[in-house]
Amino acid sequence: MSAASDFVRTFFLTELLRGLKLTGRNLFKRKVTIQYPEEKAPQSPRFRGRHALRRYPNGEERCIACKLCEAVCPALAITIESEQREDGTRRTTRYDIDLFKCIYCGFCEESCPVDSIVETRVFEYHMEERGENIVNKQQLLAFGDDYEKQLAADRAMDAPYR
Amino acid sequence: MAELTELVWIMTKIVAIVGPLILAVAYLTYAERRVIGAIQARNGPNRVGPMGLFQPFADVFKLLFKEVVLPANANRFLFLIAPLLSLMPALAAWAVMPFSEGLVLSDINAGLLYILAMTSLGVYGVIIAGWASNSKYAMLGAMRSAAQIVSYEIAMGFALVGVLMAAGSLNMSGIVQAQAGPIWNWFWLPLLPLFVVYWISGVAETNRAPFDVAEGESEIVAGFHVEYSGVAFAVFFLAEYANMILISGLAVVMFMGGWYSPFHGLPVLGPLFDWVPGIVWFVLKMTLFLYLYLAFRATFPRYRYDQIMRLGWKVLIPVTVVWLVVLALMIIAGLGPWFN
Repeated sequence: MSAASDFVRTFFLTELLRGLKLTGRNLFKRKVTIQYPEEKAPQSPRFRGRHALRRYPNGEERCIACKLCEAVCPALAITIESEQREDGTRRTTRYDIDLFKCIYCGFCEESCPVDSIVETRVFEYHMEERGENIVNKQQLLAFGDDYEKQLAADRAMDAPYR
Repeated sequence: MAELTELVWIMTKIVAIVGPLILAVAYLTYAERRVIGAIQARNGPNRVGPMGLFQPFADVFKLLFKEVVLPANANRFLFLIAPLLSLMPALAAWAVMPFSEGLVLSDINAGLLYILAMTSLGVYGVIIAGWASNSKYAMLGAMRSAAQIVSYEIAMGFALVGVLMAAGSLNMSGIVQAQAGPIWNWFWLPLLPLFVVYWISGVAETNRAPFDVAEGESEIVAGFHVEYSGVAFAVFFLAEYANMILISGLAVVMFMGGWYSPFHGLPVLGPLFDWVPGIVWFVLKMTLFLYLYLAFRATFPRYRYDQIMRLGWKVLIPVTVVWLVVLALMIIAGLGPWFN
């Protein structure tokens, strides 16, 4: 009996018609595509994009050259040199990040005792010349100044979980 | 002088057919990407021009500017002639296609035979392309494709024999005129099994999914046209889509009443739609079949090669033979409304 019904099912292509019905219904479904440059997917406050160095509200740079980020960096993307300033505090003289080496794991941000090195939400950036992939301290600080408002808000939002 | 004007007139008519046909091919590729995209819950091309409508032209220009790579030890002459050999029959077959009452390039009496001859020629392009490429993948693809096309041609030919019996004519316009009347007068109803067999073989003939083993991406890259690039590849592409349109057009002429409106000859609805020109109905019906091609590609997984052969030889051909006998009985019995 089942052989006979199998034969009938095969012969009248019922399964093929059911397949076509399914795809036919899908044809009119809402499309899930995000039209990228115009529309953007929502970002988490923990998004890890391009790096920045932050300052205290009084304008003093946060980084104390403890070199924890340099030590923890799995891609060896961070290079730090430091010396003592006239007021006796230790500060970096050089803070370079190679954006090509960086894997955006966020360890530097996690290891930082003073919340100095952070990753912003910026992921749309590019380089046009050789060597532009290595960003120095001035660039990182300037970038941090540009995004300080968002960085502070994101850190505040994440604070209860840290 | 009279011959010259005649010649110019014929050339004009050819251009008037081939021009829109190539445009239709361009937009069929666009429609394919949009429809399959929609079925997969995405948008498809929508960036080039309004709603992506200029996408086909962007693709064409990209292909035109690309280099035609000739493989080492390829037979240069055959390699370059093969795309033309596959495109030529796909275009030539349109000579006998009746777009509307009397609107046909050459109204020859052996139209159906001419169509069968032309569609059979297309396989040479495939075989020669595979052989001339001097590549094993191309060769394997060509072999698969040729075997498949030849097998399904028999089922298709048998299905068309049914049409010939029902219409009593080999003339394409004659076949359509034999179907004059509303939608249930057309041959798809008395010849339903043949119609289904014709359509399945038509999909297989054009090497389209789910019968696209000839170019199965996951198995032999692109089949017989792996080695082709640039314009030569574009011509193969053109041939494939022109063939799809041709098979759809034939399905309309043979089974779906050609240029007749679905309400033709009905008391109230008939005159209501009389103002619509026949070619509009023809194109509308053709669009339906072209949509089916796209829906099949989006729905069905590829057949295994031995299954294709089994379906062609052991299912489709017996079905057509049985139905030819049934059809003969129907004709003898004068079964209405078709054969009285």
